Amino acid sequence: MAILVNEQTRVLVQAITGYQGEFHARRMLEFGTNVVAGMTPGKGGQSVAGVPVFDTVAEAVAQTGVNASCIFVPARGAKDSALEAIASRLDPVVIITEGIPVHDSIEIVAAARAAGVHVIGPNGPGVTSPGRCKIGIMPNNLFAQGGVGLVSRSGTLTYEIVAGLTRAGLGQSTALGLGGDPVVGVTFQEAVALFANDPETQAIVMVGEIGGAAEEEAARFIKASVRKPVVGYIAGRTAPPGKRMGHAGAVISGSEGTAQAKIAALEAAGVRVVDLPGRVAEVVRSLL
Amino acid sequence: MKLHEFQAKEIFAKYGIPVQKGTVIERPEQVDGISLKYPVVLKAQVLVGGRGKAGGIKLAATPAEACEKARAILGMDIKGEKVRRLLVAEAVDISAEYYLAFTVDRGARRLVSIGSAAGGIDIEEVARTTPEKIAKVHVDPFTGYHPYHAREMGRKLGFAGKLLLQFVTIASSLSWICTEMDAELVEINPLAVVGDNLLAVDAKLIIDDNAAYRHEGLPRNEELTELEAAAKSQGLSYVELDGDVAIIGNGAGLVMSTLDMIAHFGGRPANFLDVGGGATTENMTQAMSIVLRKPGIRALFINIFGGITRCDDIAKAIAANPPKTPMVVRLTGTNEDEGRAILQKAGIQAFIDPEEAAQRTVKLAGAR
Repeated sequence: MAILVNEQTRVLVQAITGYQGEFHARRMLEFGTNVVAGMTPGKGGQSVAGVPVFDTVAEAVAQTGVNASCIFVPARGAKDSALEAIASRLDPVVIITEGIPVHDSIEIVAAARAAGVHVIGPNGPGVTSPGRCKIGIMPNNLFAQGGVGLVSRSGTLTYEIVAGLTRAGLGQSTALGLGGDPVVGVTFQEAVALFANDPETQAIVMVGEIGGAAEEEAARFIKASVRKPVVGYIAGRTAPPGKRMGHAGAVISGSEGTAQAKIAALEAAGVRVVDLPGRVAEVVRSLL
Repeated sequence: MKLHEFQAKEIFAKYGIPVQKGTVIERPEQVDGISLKYPVVLKAQVLVGGRGKAGGIKLAATPAEACEKARAILGMDIKGEKVRRLLVAEAVDISAEYYLAFTVDRGARRLVSIGSAAGGIDIEEVARTTPEKIAKVHVDPFTGYHPYHAREMGRKLGFAGKLLLQFVTIASSLSWICTEMDAELVEINPLAVVGDNLLAVDAKLIIDDNAAYRHEGLPRNEELTELEAAAKSQGLSYVELDGDVAIIGNGAGLVMSTLDMIAHFGGRPANFLDVGGGATTENMTQAMSIVLRKPGIRALFINIFGGITRCDDIAKAIAANPPKTPMVVRLTGTNEDEGRAILQKAGIQAFIDPEEAAQRTVKLAGAR
């Protein structure tokens, strides 16, 4: 099973002729992902890494049967690209691009909801179901197939924790990076719900950080309806209020968004919250 | 990016929102040249909150008094920010204070307008203690904000007759500012009743940095420290903290967790530097030079998890310019073996386990 992406996923890479697009299209192919089409307006008819390039999403769908997208389009064009993918009902639409204006993200997310499509990101590393499909930029060699579902707001910290799980012999069903922006598509709560319904996922790991209240929202959901063990880690305990800590969304505003509030909410929902990322694997093991 | 009150009010005025007559001065003597009706209010133009409590807002009845008060406020330090400009405005007789804002509701993933009849004070405090005094209307991204939304909110706040219609005009204008200027927050607090009219007595506007390219001619207000400015010009993300352990990592989440780890083992992070997802040798060289320029650094911790970033690129930068400051390097991931070999040649030990490395760093920082 796994969530969001699997063997049936056929990926379109938007901006495949750019440096990032080509580099990561090749890594996805090496991973075993079905990257079947690329697009860059004006470059239809070319090919990159053996993948045909189209001018529009509609043509890519008609000729290759793509059903998911990975967007590397620079911030100024990202909304247009995402709306085009959503209009073709590609699902998921994974947006790697950093720096998209928040008003644009609001429109993208609203369009995705109306179309019933999952948008992952923006400003995230994407989604990986080990042994099946990777969409995005996560390193290929960290993963092992297994029963831990991981959802996170960060990139590198996700890799760190996945590597720890793999080292401890704990494979993953799917690892999902939600993105570091204030407004993103799939939320913690939706991801946890997907994992809760996935028969292959035995335990869930939530990696949160300061800013917003998405972790608290997920905590209420976990308390009400999740029976699988959940392990949490929250980054930014020592972050000062009012400062953006690298991610556009990682900022404590007023009293909202502190690590302490998130940890308290998760613990109250029965989530085992660890102090250090290196402790995630041992706690997951103890709960299985 | 935050705008100063006077800058926000210029935009308000352009959109037809009534503001007091006022002028901006930078030197006390400039009070002489202004043609305003006294009494006037002098307001420090700073980006930090709480300027009133800090003594940054004063009334003056005569030009002489205004000059004297201007001298007192200009140059004043408000929460670390120096007052360089004053907004001098005609004082008004306020009979009631309301609150009105548009902002991004992260949870709802929509814009929201927030209104309250309990204006003039900290709105977070109102939301916490008397949430029933807050009215909210979310903006549908497809159909937008319309006058009927404003009429409904205006009625909830208790407006009627001419004031209700004024409120609707102001709220509509504010919604346009929000969407057209890519605002993260646009706020009037207080929205005051003065005689028979509504007036925006204060103005706050924060514009999304990611959308700056769509708004040419915006002022540059950032109060960056020298090191923050240096990092920004190199495309690195840097935050100044008050400890003595300099920290570099790759990826915002990883660096945040590195700060926490140092604190967990009893150390005090001095700064946060994220070299980013695909850091190069050049990025890393600049990063080291920036974090170590801060005075009082006792140890440097470099925590790299190679993904897109290659450990050998990072190691080259470290080996080429090994700092005099005690340093601990944690290096793992893509091209780890090559990276470790480069460091070993330079006589630098690299850790794999981050906790071990963090503990070592804290020990080094304390051992002098």
